[in-house]
Amino acid sequence: MKIKLILASLCALAAGAIFLAGQEQIVGRVSDKIQKSKIAVIDFRGAGDAQKFMATFNTTLWDELNNSGRLEMVGKTFYPLEVPQQPQDFKPPTTAASVRRGDPPHIVKNGPWLTDWSGPPTNANYLVFGYTAVQDGRLLLRGFLFNVGQPDVASAQLIGKLYFGSLDEDGSKKVAREFAADILQQFGIKSLAGTKIYFVSDRSGNKEIWSMDYDGSNQKQMTNYKTISKDPAVSPDGKMFAFHTLTKTGWQIMVHSVETGKKLPFYNMVTSTIETPEFAPDGQHMLFSATVDGWLQVCMTDLNGGNLVRLSHVRALEVSPKVDPKNKREVLFISGRSGIEQLWKMSIDGGDVERVTNGEGYVANPSWRPDGQTIAFAWTRGFEPGAYNIFVMDLASKQYTQLTSNSGKNESPFWAPDGVHLVYQSTPTRGRAAQIYTMLADGTHQQKVTTQGDNTQPVWSNAIN
Amino acid sequence: MRNLSRTLGTAVFAAALMISAAGCKKKAPIVNTPPPTTAAPTTPSEPPPAAPLAVRINSFTGEPRSIERGQSATLRWSVGNSTDISIDQNLGAVAANGTRQVFPSQTTTYTLTAKGGGAQDTRSVTIEVSSSVPPPPPRPAGPAVSPGDILGRDAQDVYFDYDKNDIRADGRDTLTKDADVIKRILAADPGFTIVIEGHCDERGSEEYNLALGDRRAIAVKEFLVQLGVPEDRLKTISFGKERPVCTDQDEACYQRNRRGHLAPAQ
Repeated sequence: MKIKLILASLCALAAGAIFLAGQEQIVGRVSDKIQKSKIAVIDFRGAGDAQKFMATFNTTLWDELNNSGRLEMVGKTFYPLEVPQQPQDFKPPTTAASVRRGDPPHIVKNGPWLTDWSGPPTNANYLVFGYTAVQDGRLLLRGFLFNVGQPDVASAQLIGKLYFGSLDEDGSKKVAREFAADILQQFGIKSLAGTKIYFVSDRSGNKEIWSMDYDGSNQKQMTNYKTISKDPAVSPDGKMFAFHTLTKTGWQIMVHSVETGKKLPFYNMVTSTIETPEFAPDGQHMLFSATVDGWLQVCMTDLNGGNLVRLSHVRALEVSPKVDPKNKREVLFISGRSGIEQLWKMSIDGGDVERVTNGEGYVANPSWRPDGQTIAFAWTRGFEPGAYNIFVMDLASKQYTQLTSNSGKNESPFWAPDGVHLVYQSTPTRGRAAQIYTMLADGTHQQKVTTQGDNTQPVWSNAIN
Repeated sequence: MRNLSRTLGTAVFAAALMISAAGCKKKAPIVNTPPPTTAAPTTPSEPPPAAPLAVRINSFTGEPRSIERGQSATLRWSVGNSTDISIDQNLGAVAANGTRQVFPSQTTTYTLTAKGGGAQDTRSVTIEVSSSVPPPPPRPAGPAVSPGDILGRDAQDVYFDYDKNDIRADGRDTLTKDADVIKRILAADPGFTIVIEGHCDERGSEEYNLALGDRRAIAVKEFLVQLGVPEDRLKTISFGKERPVCTDQDEACYQRNRRGHLAPAQ
């Protein structure tokens, strides 16, 4: 309780400021370097049998914190030799009277102290430490986060908490992730633990919808139509996913329950192609593109496919409608109405149509950042047709930044719920199979999360399941 | 005209001669046939008795005697003193001397029967048929070439420019020929339905390519309907870039993939 109070007040000031600074800068100029907190993370040791799983634990904890992209990890070679394992290990230095009269009193070091970490060469703002042990056949983690800039142990402690897991590799990963999520929360960083990425994979022999955890673990086949299923989308509450499938009568939208995996009712209009389903953020409507009068047009229906409204009325192809998750009114979409396909936006009633990109290159796959101000998309601007790269743009100023380059074809960016990460697909030059990657919105920390088969069209569920 | 009637007259005369000659020949054996040996020694001085001449099969052979199924054999016979001669196995009445080609499917015995003056003579010959070589497969049921085969053989793909759905000049020529192929098929099979597939090269995005393929298929359909192909016989489907015919990353391959393709509906 005491810890919590201290924690709350400190965070409101220190971490809260970091959080705001970081977010605002990403919105304003996406490529700008963020002022990051410097954090030191000791190598945890385990008592008895717990030691066997500490390599996994330490790797997981380090990666979770590092991949947040919002912390500067201080290299372990800069750490002091004496490493604390619990708060009692810190021994405040004492002041001794000067030996010679007239000299100032000098400081006597009695053991590890906060300034060992805050001073050179470590120069950390925060320290993560603790240890593991076996208790009742389970793995026990004692985890601490200290603000080493504070004058004493009591005010330095931000987290002091026990975590329990099974006594194996999975258990060590679990406690590391939970501890990391708590640490990230102190910095206002929303942990992605528990979020799902849906994507298309052909590894079963057909293109089907799959899901996985944010870091590529728990990859799971979600559909089994054995034709071609793609264009996944997830409902705002994370309880349904939609996609389209090639049936005997053409491409049709399917809606499935995440929990049961079963098909839910959705009435498709009778036409040759229906694609790019999108759950509106109001949780009540579905948007998609469908062949009407010979051209793919943006349409909207109820969640079950009823009450069809056609939003666009042009002799041009229009796909990939995406609704602003914040104001729930603006719709980004890809249209060929000015010639080659560009990014456009309109209001959800079909009015206020405006082109977003400047007419250069080919544009695909718009995605809204959860704040509704920044967007990401694939663009061939400056390159040959087909040579897509990931761009992010501040929608108000139209200022854009290219995030990927010289790494083949990069498409289908989709914002993570934390507004800091993006997931996307990358196909190597001259390669055939695409793989899914995550990265930070400044283009750093690119991490491959799939390896088997061709994996495309990732979408990040906003909800934690 | 005069020449013709004279030729005709000569022919008629020659035919009459041939008929009378044939008649003489028929009678000849009766006159020249020696008396039966049984009658001769008894009363050599007396004239031969007026008993009827005996029916006699001089020969009845089959050649070859042994054949494989599907091959033929030749029956050959010679009969004396009979005008009522027949062979069984549905060969029926035959002349006194003759040959007949037969195609027995299994070992068959042919019996020649000659009758005359209340008597008869028979002789048999057996043609052995071996079936060591298996027979050929039965003929396929139905027509040999289906409408789908004709479509696949005669209809050509129509090609598009990058990111475009307009039918080019070369595409108009192709589709004009394709329309004729379709009309020919529909004339023979009015229920036949064709699905027009729209395809794209690999460069565009997956989502836009599916829309573009859909539009290309519809453009092909509209053109064929203009040329008189019934609209209700044509369906459309887009495969976007899902079904490329080649995967090289050069313009030649990209062009082959930017296509409209005609296929029989499932």
